[in-house]
Amino acid sequence: MSDMTDTSGPVLAADGTPLKRSLAKALRRQKLRALMLIAPLLLFILVSFILPIGDMLYRSVENKIVVNTLPRSVEALSGWDADSGELPDEAVFAAMAADLQEAYEARAHTRVGSRLNYEYPGISSVFRKSGRSAGRFDLESGGPWKEVLIDLDDGWADPGVWRTIQTYSPPVTSGYFLNAVDMRVGSDGAEMRPEAERIYMNLLVRTLWMSLLITFSCIVLAYPVAWLLANLPTRQANLLMILVLLPFWTSLLVRTSAWKILLQQQGVINDILVWIGLVDDNARLIIINNQFGTIVAMTHILLPFMILPMYSVMQTIPPSYLRAAKSLGATDWTAFWRVYFPQTIPGIGAGSILVFILAIGYYITPALVGGTKGTFISNQIAFHISTSLNWGLASALGAILLAVVLVLYWAYDKIVGIDNVKLG
Amino acid sequence: MKLVKTLLASSALTVTASAVSAQDMANEMTLVSWGGAYQASQVKAYVEPYLEMHPEVSVTWDESSAEAVAKLRAMNEAGNVTWDLVDAVASDSMRLCDEGLAEELNHDEDLAAAPDGTSASEDFGDLLVSDCFVPQIVYSTTFGYRTDMVGDTPPSSVCDVFDLEKYPGKRALQKRPIDNMEWALYCDGVAKDEIYDVLGTDEGVARGLAKLDTIKDQVVWWTAGAETPQLLADGEVVMGSTFNGRLFSAIAEQNQPIGMLWDMQSFDLDGWVVPAGLPEDRKARVMDFLKFATDTQRLADQAAYISYGPARKSSAPLVGKHAELGIDMAPHMPTDPANSGNVHVYDYEWWADNRDDLNAKFEAWLAK
Repeated sequence: MSDMTDTSGPVLAADGTPLKRSLAKALRRQKLRALMLIAPLLLFILVSFILPIGDMLYRSVENKIVVNTLPRSVEALSGWDADSGELPDEAVFAAMAADLQEAYEARAHTRVGSRLNYEYPGISSVFRKSGRSAGRFDLESGGPWKEVLIDLDDGWADPGVWRTIQTYSPPVTSGYFLNAVDMRVGSDGAEMRPEAERIYMNLLVRTLWMSLLITFSCIVLAYPVAWLLANLPTRQANLLMILVLLPFWTSLLVRTSAWKILLQQQGVINDILVWIGLVDDNARLIIINNQFGTIVAMTHILLPFMILPMYSVMQTIPPSYLRAAKSLGATDWTAFWRVYFPQTIPGIGAGSILVFILAIGYYITPALVGGTKGTFISNQIAFHISTSLNWGLASALGAILLAVVLVLYWAYDKIVGIDNVKLG
Repeated sequence: MKLVKTLLASSALTVTASAVSAQDMANEMTLVSWGGAYQASQVKAYVEPYLEMHPEVSVTWDESSAEAVAKLRAMNEAGNVTWDLVDAVASDSMRLCDEGLAEELNHDEDLAAAPDGTSASEDFGDLLVSDCFVPQIVYSTTFGYRTDMVGDTPPSSVCDVFDLEKYPGKRALQKRPIDNMEWALYCDGVAKDEIYDVLGTDEGVARGLAKLDTIKDQVVWWTAGAETPQLLADGEVVMGSTFNGRLFSAIAEQNQPIGMLWDMQSFDLDGWVVPAGLPEDRKARVMDFLKFATDTQRLADQAAYISYGPARKSSAPLVGKHAELGIDMAPHMPTDPANSGNVHVYDYEWWADNRDDLNAKFEAWLAK
């Protein structure tokens, strides 16, 4: 009897272990089971999402290729003063000859050449031309290497080449990031590139600005449609829903090409305007291959991503709220603006985040209908991935885009609140 | 028990079967090409005939040639090359070869000799621009114009593209500096053999861009080869550059009112590249196919489907009529003497060095 009322001792479970421990054990087992259940998803996200992003971030600063391909030269160059305006000494040339021979055997000489060519145009051919002959160098008895190398390609007589190798020899570089914000490593630290070579900052600002415009026009167009969907009788609403989803099932390229046919100067819209006399035949409107074309086509393509979250939120708003407001004396507008609209904000928020994030990553549509002024930064990323093969720069641009999205997401959380986002 | 035996027997069979083909040749090939009319000409001219001779072989196509270098590099980094034979332009083949991503070939040993016994390397001649490259065709980037929109005097020089007074209207140009910069400098009065010297200086680049500036408002920039024929057919542009085969099919197969402007056409090559490090059985199959697909007759056959010049000298006399239209193909070839009076030979090496730099300047200029 005294045992049962004694509260200072541990409470025991049926098998005699303290209840606390037994409970914790059961909970742990449950948690473990839950973890096992989501393990496939966790693993999938890790392999298909976290690791690639990590790899991308790593590539944007990684620069091991120079020191791995040219180890001897990098070491020999460490004592050379690039500002002296003189060429490095014979020891450096001899180190380069040995490095080149090894690099040629591994077919790595042009890779390092391409890498350095991003920073100093012309280096790639210096390495390509020298590599082939370097395969036949007799390192023991050949030389003097200064003359031999300069004889092969007079690029070796350019101190700029050596300065570039020296500047970009550390295994980690800020070069790609500097390039991505239109800067470069000058003789005294980072400096802006000349006006005629600045691309990316303009493009980034344009991408963000146009994505905002697209998001905004999606909100304006999607709101009434979502309202209709939520308030029509089921039969009509279903039909309307099919019309909203239909473009979703059509290929992106087909939809973009359709806009070309509609918007071009000899296209359907211009033809109609000329036919009804609104526009003169010699002054047809230019509504494609510029920013307008991109905004129109992308708004259309991204519209379902705005309509669907809005619709699912509006569906949960009981119509009795509006009736109650009106019965208390509110006008139609007040009832909508003070009672209905605030309840739809979570849907607008969810749709806007979806549309905005999709928009800043688009590149096929802007490439086809954007002309020169309506393309996005993603077009440059695609170009560097598949054509120029400057994967480091592409990664840096991608990392900046990722950072911008995270900052905007954070700002959205501060201003609107992320708890306020609802997909239904 | 019986089931287990059957299973064992059948797995034993598969093991022996795969062992036999491993010593021999793989029966599957993944070919990479451009899709569209060009890939169709390859299917007709040599893939179908090869499959008829070897019914055990199956071919998978991957239409990734535009990203061949990037994808092959990624496959190589991942250690899993799934392609067996890749169709690539000459400059890409040189990059692949330089980076050790493509197999170096012995052209005389690996390829068929000409019917008269001339060795392959002599038959292809200067077109063997890289040790890893087997050229198939010579194509050109050149201009087409709307015959009904240029009056009685159709354009005859590439500089007419820059003449907005004589030929008002929009022009389609490829969205890249290559070719456009050369044409701009040429039409600004630079001698043909000095173009790259001038383009190598900052003033030269500025000069080329300034020339392009004079028509910038009137240019529609294209990225896919199919765009220009479409723009011409719709009457969106008066003239535009694209690959000559695309213009041929718009003119001859679709009867569009388009004329060819061959002046200063920019020659380029397209051909096969074998990825480096293929397993023995796959490589054996691919080399067997390659030898067949690039012989004199097969390259001549291809010209019956598309108007690109065969890369072998010995194929030229065998070029006949179009397979369906029955028209003579020779006058539509970029290499025909009537068309190649004034050609622009694009300098691969120069562009390999300066492409990144010039592209940055070109993009900045476009965005202005």
